[in-house]
Amino acid sequence: MQTAGGVSACLPIHSDLDLVWVRQHVRQAAAQLGFGLVEQTKLVTAASELARNTLIHGGGGQMECAPVAAGGVQGLRLAFSDEGPGIPDLDRALMDGFTSGEGLGMGLGGARRLVHDFKIDSRPGGGTTVTVTTWLSVPPRPREER
Amino acid sequence: MSGGFPSPYGGPSPYAAPVPVLRLGDVLLVTLQGDLHDGTAEQLQQDISDTVARSGATGVVIDLSGVEMVDSFLGRVLSDIAAQTSLLAARTVIAGMRPAVAITLVELGLTLPGLRTALSTEDAMRLLGDQGPTLPRPGRTRQESV
Repeated sequence: MQTAGGVSACLPIHSDLDLVWVRQHVRQAAAQLGFGLVEQTKLVTAASELARNTLIHGGGGQMECAPVAAGGVQGLRLAFSDEGPGIPDLDRALMDGFTSGEGLGMGLGGARRLVHDFKIDSRPGGGTTVTVTTWLSVPPRPREER
Repeated sequence: MSGGFPSPYGGPSPYAAPVPVLRLGDVLLVTLQGDLHDGTAEQLQQDISDTVARSGATGVVIDLSGVEMVDSFLGRVLSDIAAQTSLLAARTVIAGMRPAVAITLVELGLTLPGLRTALSTEDAMRLLGDQGPTLPRPGRTRQESV
């Protein structure tokens, strides 16, 4: 039985190279906690979207990765934070198709669909922190009307 | 910054080599492996278009069986490659996408409607072979043995 020692980490996000590190780390952390292949892939993809947001819109920042437990259920929590300009209109930023940069405009809204819990904290001029959690045995969130 | 797993690269310089574009008759075969840097993906997009224009290839097969994650960035690169090669008179087929990747892409909201897909590179070659490439070119004669 491995310990959860390797799971907790704080990784810098300052280049597209760091995005590779973030994905590798999240993949290994999720595998170590016992997530199945599909959940691992969803988490890694969500992490990639959010880390790219941190890099491109936030001007760089960091990801904190930590195992969490609630009610006997284990989970993985990822927090992406930057000191960038913040998001002026959160509702709009979460809409599919909204984009202010590269990609297909699926970053924030898409990432939210890939995890169980999604929390965003942003103030204009005060940076942005996005915290996501996926649990080991929780049914997926109900599908939203699209 | 602290914590995390040991380097998956075994060294401090994890810059990935460019992805090779192989030519098989009238088809270009591109095999993606592991985790792609954003820069590598953009370079590949350029390389494929250049090679199609130079060689007059009529088909491009991109083998994704070794890819563990497709996020909105890589999704956009793939659909841009398909659109570009289409303007250059070549068809692009994405081959061997893993089920977990397909599930995640749909959840993310990316169905990439412009892309042709096949379950394996062999199927993809067959798909492209259905039209064009196996027919004799004008001015060339083919020996038929009975």
